[in-house]
Amino acid sequence: MALLELRNITRRFGALEAVKDVSLAIEAGEFFTLLGPSGCGKTTILRMIAGFDAPDAGDILLDGASLSGVPPEKRPLHTVFQSYALFPHMTVAGNLAFPLEMAGVGRAEIARRVGEMLALVHLEDKADRYPHELSGGQKQRVALARGLINRPRLLLLDEPLGALDAKLRLEMQGDLIRLQREVGITFVFVTHAQQEALALSHRIAVMRAGRIEQCATPDVLYTQPANRFVADFIGRINLIEAEVIALTPEGARLRSATLGELLVAPPPACALGDRGAFALRPERVCIAAPGESVELDQRYAGRIRSALYVGETTLYQIALESGQIIEALEANTSPGRARRYEAGDPVIIGWAKEAGVFLHDES
Amino acid sequence: MKPWLWAATLLVYAFLYVPLAIVALFSFNDSLLNAQWVGFTLDWYRKLFADEAMLTAAANSLFIALLSSSIATVLGAMAGIAMHRWRTRWLPLLVITPVAMPEILLGVSLLLFFRQVLDLTLGFFSILIAHITFSIGFVAIVVRARLAGMDESLFEAARDLGATPWQTFRHITLPLILPALTAGFLMSFTLSIDDFVITFFVAGVGVTTLPLQIYSMIKVAVSPEVNAVSTLLMALTATLIFFATRLAPELLKGQR
Repeated sequence: MALLELRNITRRFGALEAVKDVSLAIEAGEFFTLLGPSGCGKTTILRMIAGFDAPDAGDILLDGASLSGVPPEKRPLHTVFQSYALFPHMTVAGNLAFPLEMAGVGRAEIARRVGEMLALVHLEDKADRYPHELSGGQKQRVALARGLINRPRLLLLDEPLGALDAKLRLEMQGDLIRLQREVGITFVFVTHAQQEALALSHRIAVMRAGRIEQCATPDVLYTQPANRFVADFIGRINLIEAEVIALTPEGARLRSATLGELLVAPPPACALGDRGAFALRPERVCIAAPGESVELDQRYAGRIRSALYVGETTLYQIALESGQIIEALEANTSPGRARRYEAGDPVIIGWAKEAGVFLHDES
Repeated sequence: MKPWLWAATLLVYAFLYVPLAIVALFSFNDSLLNAQWVGFTLDWYRKLFADEAMLTAAANSLFIALLSSSIATVLGAMAGIAMHRWRTRWLPLLVITPVAMPEILLGVSLLLFFRQVLDLTLGFFSILIAHITFSIGFVAIVVRARLAGMDESLFEAARDLGATPWQTFRHITLPLILPALTAGFLMSFTLSIDDFVITFFVAGVGVTTLPLQIYSMIKVAVSPEVNAVSTLLMALTATLIFFATRLAPELLKGQR
């Protein structure tokens, strides 16, 4: 049985349907992420799980028992808020002790567990500080520790890294994974940052306009997106309009106005005549100098339009003769030169038939 | 700071404090007239503390101020929290209107209400109720302002971490609005202790407060005794403010 189950949850705010018929099952020990642009309903779902809001239709079950009508304080789950919501009139130790005091834990036990938790998040020396005396990262760790100290069945995290700068964010991502694996508590994480979701999660549900577009592991989401939205939202991708013109055991043959005919293998779930997009990740595109011999299923001549150097990689935009722009990402592994090509250079690009996928449009 | 800014600042403070200083000074003046410094004396204070009517009025004023501001703080806090939680348009209007209402209007209407509608004998209770009435709005405004500046998720976090609504109020809301309650209480106290207009209408004949007593004395002649009682009032207010500011940093700790 799943630890947490959402059954056909719908939530309306006036005329707006913020969450539309969402069903989910989250397993014990999982790091589960709700990913989507702002306003997609992910935070609304989190608030309904926490008990701050109630669904208009559907049910939420924890260990198979409905949470309907159970007030937030009676739910064995805690939330880490985006603003951290540390109590400003209590010290770090006081904040950590709060959930234990509310649960009626004895003094000696509280002191022991606060000490334990402070050690876990490396804040032993900050026990007597007030929240305003802490840095952003430290506040974040206190909020996490406070959410975990009472050993909830589930920890809900609402964009907890949103307020941190990029470097600290990366550091906290590592901390989050370590903590989750160490305490073994199920995490439900809400974010709009796709990289964060990919890096942290066991499974991700990608949301748009109140619906779940796809729910899968990070690598499945990345390599086999369910539709254009998911493909475009996660990472960078080339999307080229195409139509299925033949289906054979070895693959599907597509026709595109700008790329001509191309083969996609293995055959995707589609029917003859389906329209949609040929989706190709930039790092699957190979670039070669004209005359260089390369074994590729698809080959096109083009010219480098721009080269964006970001250190470990360079992102090229290549204009094909048909006018189609293709993005290609190359790792800068060769010593010496920062990048192989400059804007204006004529090149040959290509990819293997397994490199891209076909995403047919929903009719 | 530029010299002219210093001068302007000095001028403003002089305007505010010189009249008060003169009152205090002349309360120690050994002359019946407030015109000229003659010599130091404590006679006016001696006279004041022997004045039965004055002492009774002062005791009344203190008692009414203490009681009315305590009750107004509780009711005003409730109103402030309600205004914050249910953002209706009419609630703030209802609570704040008595604050903006001309005092004379409030006095007359309360008098009519007590006499014609409730048929209450004017005296201690009518003054108490009147003072509570005009104080609630002030407390409610400060409490609401305090809550408005607060992160809403603090209260949700408390519930989330296992606190019942009552425990959330007791452990989170109350400590966080304590500075507002203190400020509201002190405001109500000072409003009550120096209120003249409204009290004048609802006091009746039995009970007199300090401002009413001072007024009745001035009607006869301006006595330095009035200076003495004013100086004592000033000292009381200053002490209250001193304690309020001493308390505030502790209460405000960590709320930036």
